[in-house]
Amino acid sequence: MATLLAIGTAKGLFLATSTDDRRSWEITGPHFPMTGVYAVAIDTRRPTPRLLAGMTSSHFGPSVATSDDLGASWDEPDQAPVAFPADTGVSLGRVWQLTPAGPDEPDVVWAGTEPSALFKSTDGGRSFELVRSLWDHPHRPQWEAGFGGQAVHTVLPHPRDRARLLVAMSTGGVYRSEDAGASWTPGNTGIRAYFMPDEWPEFGQCVHKVARDAGNPERLYAQNHHGVYRSDDDGRTWSSIADGLPSDFGFPMVAHPGRAGTVWTFPLVADGERFPTDHRCRVFRSADAGGKWEPLSVGLPEGPFYPAVLRDAMCADDASPGGVYFGTRSGSVFASRDEGDSWSTVAAHLPDVLCVCAAEV
Amino acid sequence: MVTVLLPGPLRGEAGGASRLSVTAAGTLRAVLDEMAVAHPRLARRIRDERGELRRYVNVFVDGEDCRHSGGLATPVSDGAEVQVLPSVAGG
Repeated sequence: MATLLAIGTAKGLFLATSTDDRRSWEITGPHFPMTGVYAVAIDTRRPTPRLLAGMTSSHFGPSVATSDDLGASWDEPDQAPVAFPADTGVSLGRVWQLTPAGPDEPDVVWAGTEPSALFKSTDGGRSFELVRSLWDHPHRPQWEAGFGGQAVHTVLPHPRDRARLLVAMSTGGVYRSEDAGASWTPGNTGIRAYFMPDEWPEFGQCVHKVARDAGNPERLYAQNHHGVYRSDDDGRTWSSIADGLPSDFGFPMVAHPGRAGTVWTFPLVADGERFPTDHRCRVFRSADAGGKWEPLSVGLPEGPFYPAVLRDAMCADDASPGGVYFGTRSGSVFASRDEGDSWSTVAAHLPDVLCVCAAEV
Repeated sequence: MVTVLLPGPLRGEAGGASRLSVTAAGTLRAVLDEMAVAHPRLARRIRDERGELRRYVNVFVDGEDCRHSGGLATPVSDGAEVQVLPSVAGG
């Protein structure tokens, strides 16, 4: 069994493979050089794992490619895999998220895009179709763009109920469906939007990332644009879990894939000061669903540290004990094979790390 | 017949060819539409799903930047040369 760590960067995709239980890594790449790889997925539901990469060339536009041989070769359809229908009058900016659905829908893959939209594939990510119900939502004209662009950056299927699906967008916030995407309801009660005149709107929040608890899928964790929250009712209402953190600002939020209550994040000082808190490279972990947080830094750089970690640049693998990974805007990638207790460097001096995804393959 | 010259990064989408011969003429749109039939992936590198030229792709018709001569409606006569070039952009 090997562990594959896919690293999407501003100038291509790098693939790190470990065959010694995540002690050392061999890296290939860049695949798709000079493209920004904002989304990557490792679909392990198939007999042969499928890699999916969403890349955007600043010259030649966005696309999605797949690989069924762990990145040795890639295939990109002739027709655009993700494209807006003509009547929408818009074009795809980039794919921000590629998410395989639950195990009972092995050919379904979701894509979140810029501009904010959800697409569904029923052929394993080869082609996608716009989910009209969200695109036609009456709130859509009021969704705004954050600094990174207006995008659906999070798609969370419910692992036990294919009818339930949650998306998050910046800005706009959380939207939930309980009918397999036929209709959508905002789920932002309790999430503050300090940048709006009404700080507690129905929608319009700048949610940065949402993660679903593995043991209790009704429980979700959100890193907001200031604010860290937990929902215990599948995203209907939220309450703060920021008290034990040095800051409530940041981008990633990762839940343990196998154990309830364990989450990791990487706090930054503030919206106006996007440096790691105390200028130190530290991951924060909670083992009680956000009640208490502890800093983790063994093996991480000790000196002053300034790079940020973007919303999808932190992930966990499905091994035991769990591996945790994060990449920085300065092109470093760090890995822990003991759930964050200690860390080692996987790579350094890569382009800005935009996303990471890891799995046993 | 119109000759379309391709830049290095796009030749892989045309079987490695640096130039293509396209039978359509009339307008630049017609030339690109015709090219899309045989080379759909090449075509979507140049134009988005609305049919608009991508922002950082420049197309010259007989040496004139089409953005200054009618865009996709730029006349392209038989024997013309259409050159696709990425603009100076990126970091």
